[in-house]
Amino acid sequence: MNRLALTGICKQYPGCMANDGVDLTVGEGEIHALLGENGAGKSTLMKIIYGVVKPDAGAFLWEGKPITVSGPSHARRLGIGMVFQHFSLFETLTVVENIALSLPKAQSRDMMALSSRISDVSQHYGMALDPQRYVHTLSVGEQQRVEIVRCLLQDIKLLILDEPTSVLTPQEVKGLFATLNQLASEGCSILFISHKLDEVTELCHSATILRQGKVSGHCDPQQVSSHDIARLMVGDDTPLNQDYQKVEGGSVVLDIADLNFKSDDPFACEIKQLHLKVKSGEILGIAGVAGNGQDELMRLLSGEETTSADAIRLLNKNIGALEPIARRQLGFAFVPEERLGRGAVPDMSLEKNTLLSSAHLGLVKNGWINIEKVKNLGQHILDKYKVKSAGLHAQAKSLSGGNLQKFILGREIEQDPKLLACSHPTWGVDIGAAVLIRHALIALRDKGAAIIVVSEDIDELYQICDRLCAICDGQLSPIKNTQDINIEQLGQWMAGQFKSSDQPAVTGAPEYV
Amino acid sequence: MFKLEKRPFDSKVMSYCSPLIALVLTLFFGGLLFASLGHNPFEALYTFFIMPLSDAYGLTELGMKVAPLLLCAMGLSICFKAKIWNIGAEGQFIMGGLGGGFMALQFLNAESSWVLLPILLFGALCGLAWAGLAALLKTKFHANEILTTIMLNYIALNALLWGVHGPLKDPNGFNFPESAMFADAAILPLLHQDYRLTIAIFFGLFAMVAIWTLLSRSWLGFQIQVLGEDKAAAHYAGFKENKLVWFALLMCGALAGLAGVSEVVGPIGQLIPYISPGYGYAAIIVVFLGRMHPLGILLASMLMGLTYMGGEMVQIEMSLPKSITGLFQGMLLFFLLASDLLISYRIIKVKKENTNQSATASSAV
Amino acid sequence: MDIDLITNILYATIRTGTPLILVAFGEMICEKSGVLNLGQEGMMLMGAVVGFVAAVVSGSLMIAILMAILAGICMSLLFGFLSITLVSNQVASGLALTIFGGGLSAFIGANYVGIGIEGVPPLVIPVLSDIPIIGKALFQQDILVYFSFLMAGILFFVLTRTRLGLNLRAVGENPEAANSMGIHVHGIRYMAVMFGGAMAGLAGGYLSLAYTPLWSDGMTAGKGWIALALVVFASWKVGRIMLGAYLFGIASIMHLILQGTGFEISPSLLAMLPYVATIFVLVLLSSNQSKAKLNAPMSLGVAYRPQL
Repeated sequence: MNRLALTGICKQYPGCMANDGVDLTVGEGEIHALLGENGAGKSTLMKIIYGVVKPDAGAFLWEGKPITVSGPSHARRLGIGMVFQHFSLFETLTVVENIALSLPKAQSRDMMALSSRISDVSQHYGMALDPQRYVHTLSVGEQQRVEIVRCLLQDIKLLILDEPTSVLTPQEVKGLFATLNQLASEGCSILFISHKLDEVTELCHSATILRQGKVSGHCDPQQVSSHDIARLMVGDDTPLNQDYQKVEGGSVVLDIADLNFKSDDPFACEIKQLHLKVKSGEILGIAGVAGNGQDELMRLLSGEETTSADAIRLLNKNIGALEPIARRQLGFAFVPEERLGRGAVPDMSLEKNTLLSSAHLGLVKNGWINIEKVKNLGQHILDKYKVKSAGLHAQAKSLSGGNLQKFILGREIEQDPKLLACSHPTWGVDIGAAVLIRHALIALRDKGAAIIVVSEDIDELYQICDRLCAICDGQLSPIKNTQDINIEQLGQWMAGQFKSSDQPAVTGAPEYV
Repeated sequence: MFKLEKRPFDSKVMSYCSPLIALVLTLFFGGLLFASLGHNPFEALYTFFIMPLSDAYGLTELGMKVAPLLLCAMGLSICFKAKIWNIGAEGQFIMGGLGGGFMALQFLNAESSWVLLPILLFGALCGLAWAGLAALLKTKFHANEILTTIMLNYIALNALLWGVHGPLKDPNGFNFPESAMFADAAILPLLHQDYRLTIAIFFGLFAMVAIWTLLSRSWLGFQIQVLGEDKAAAHYAGFKENKLVWFALLMCGALAGLAGVSEVVGPIGQLIPYISPGYGYAAIIVVFLGRMHPLGILLASMLMGLTYMGGEMVQIEMSLPKSITGLFQGMLLFFLLASDLLISYRIIKVKKENTNQSATASSAV
Repeated sequence: MDIDLITNILYATIRTGTPLILVAFGEMICEKSGVLNLGQEGMMLMGAVVGFVAAVVSGSLMIAILMAILAGICMSLLFGFLSITLVSNQVASGLALTIFGGGLSAFIGANYVGIGIEGVPPLVIPVLSDIPIIGKALFQQDILVYFSFLMAGILFFVLTRTRLGLNLRAVGENPEAANSMGIHVHGIRYMAVMFGGAMAGLAGGYLSLAYTPLWSDGMTAGKGWIALALVVFASWKVGRIMLGAYLFGIASIMHLILQGTGFEISPSLLAMLPYVATIFVLVLLSSNQSKAKLNAPMSLGVAYRPQL
């Protein structure tokens, strides 16, 4: 008997069919992969199983019986637990308070007893956890453990994990897989959502592949090649990844020497003694688990935060204390991590968003906007970077993630930068757009620009970067040529094993006291 | 059953219709209110909204109310575009009036109308300084501008009371809390001798055109809009937030101050304890109702001016309390916010059968 | 200063601080759930006028107080409907509530200006009230003052010791996550908003029924706004709200203190004091921005609409 059997699940959102007749079966003790690109409907399907979203149609069989999951608490009573991609934790509460919230009142009344249960369970599955700590003081990996332990405290029969490895170092991933295998051997079914094929091959017993809301195939990941799975994910007409030539850079464009920075945001990471040189005509990649200072470093580069003038030098000029606009005039351009709500103003038209960072290109004269020039530049970006939109007057928020990223990247590249900083260039972008974006970055590199790419996607970094390093706890690892560093070493760097002063390997994030 | 569904795009049409829906709802509930008080609702609404405008005098009186509302609202619209919640137009208005009145009292024997220049300038400057305080508190001390501007409103009101009860009181005024009447030369010219409407209405119209141009064509205006729409993007683009905050607040303060002094050296002609019937607060409604667009604001300030006149009219004609004005203003804003929902959401009909079907489907298999 | 004067100042401080405490408690709970209600002033005015009219019409203070609370709740439901159900901007909805409350209360109370009633009598607690200096301040007050003491205890217990308090904090920090925990976000937020309305209504009623038993337009004179600043100042903590409210109480009765010392100053200038003090407090807060960030409910002011 299957633990879970879904047939013909449909869910429509305004303007898109998120799930269209999806079938899925998961057996007892099975680790089942749910594969698909961003936007293929994986998250919606999971939310349906967990009762967060109600399906428009379809049948739901739980241990052979037809049921309707009325909500998350009902799902938990059935024995379904879920670990979200964006954790549903409360940062200002402690671990035990967070877990108490998800339990029935009777179980959460005695907080002391609950604390010791949490310790027991986390010990049993090899995930060390202090129940009394505040969640905002935990690293991302530890926060994920809280989520998992929260599920394990109940009588768990099906554990759903949404892209659980995207926030972990390769070593942490190993630890997680060990825990999951242990759980499966105890009879718990696991639904593992991912778009990383190698992980699925390593861990899962079977896989269901989704594309554009429909099931495009089932397979046994041990039997089928990852190329075939990739084809099932993206369809026949999309070009798959290709390799780019690695190159040596020219003269130094960006020179960061002994950069230290602490912002007044209590949740921010402190940058410590950071040294970095980027040369013309090369792409430098910075790997790292989210929240280890990438954001702070990027803000310091862009001028959204300023520091002492000589800490950051661009083409031999001290720019550390300059405002963003002054830096742009010297040849700096920046694609931020948040596309909507930083890189572009959601409610404004693409025309106005063109002007946002390009005013120094002669679009503003004596304080007045030259609307004709703005329109020309905007249209040029839309055409050249194949941005699909309803035109220049379309609101930025009406674009898909991939098209918006193409627009922002195009806007920045058209400024003809000497140095381009780029955060998570293809995060959440469909494969077609990702290929175009990588091409554009390589083309800019070949024109002689220096490029910094910050990403959590290690495959991507290996693919496009000429040199690599990792950031952990606000400190930067040594930098090596991409060919000279293997993934194990990079993973150790991501976990902070380059610092002279010791540090536990597992925690990547800053400690707060 | 009805259900709300998010629109894929914000509806432009709805953003223009929403104030009209709000007006219709206000009229409807206003009518109900009159009916419940035992009046014929149609007659009452006629008395409130139409009767005040039935002659040239009424129209010029409306212009007199529109002038300060338009000035305050145009100033506020800059702030609100930048999402600076300046609730302090009332205090800036009062300080403008107090400062301008103080200046006018220095020219009690003036013969030439040139004295108006320093009077108006000083009034605007006082409003500007009052808003400057809020800007200082916001940029330097990160104090929430809603709270500081409200507090500054109460302080300004008490400053005016202190003035007319104390140092600015007319020594020959039988101890009434009023200043001396200003010199004729220190009073704003009338448009026509039979009516009370002054050239202040041109200040308002000029401010409207100037700010319209600023916001739609200038780099500064663009920066203000970006700051309001998306602070992170403004920082990303390198716009200086503090500078923009100062600019928006000072502009608003100067305009509200000008409105205040124009009122004092216009229809009032002296300093009295209550120089504003809440113009500064009503202007907030005007800005929302006018969609922050200059033309919309002009129309909305006419409607809002009308509620003041309607309140007076029903007091005279039907002996209802004048405070019904505030009630109508509040209702307008309430219904506006409610109908604004329709800009980004639409109401769709959910067929009962449909939900049943999916329920049976899931339980039958 | 003689003992009598100190005794009276303490007594008046507690009396003036009480309406601030009541309304600030309500706002604190409301903000804990992530809803910023700027309509305190409007709800207080409605509580004040409805309570007063009810007292005149019915002659019963009990009914009057209940009606004041009910008026506050009704107003808060208007706000809740706008900001929670219709996901309107909370700042604008709160302002609308204040403007509407000001207009409606003036309208309702138009014929009641200048009428006097018998206010809520003090409830003297034997023995304790004879303690010198603090006896009169703490044990010769009316029942609403005692209620504010009781409420402080209840709120502290609920917030720190109960599941309800935990749910409330969870909703205020991360409504998405709270929803996925199976907490009814809108339900909790409505309850918090209604509690805020009830407390604001009661605070208004306190003003028109006990503090100065009469009705006049806009008689709250910005107390709702001061309470908003007070909540931030107190970092959403019960004890600090009480302390802060009494400090404001002292600022508001400065005239009493100065009279006692024989110092003459214009009442209009003295009336500015609480407002100046509020601004001063807001400035003080800025010295510790990051701490305020840690204490503020993280989703404060952000509307939440569950995905269906």
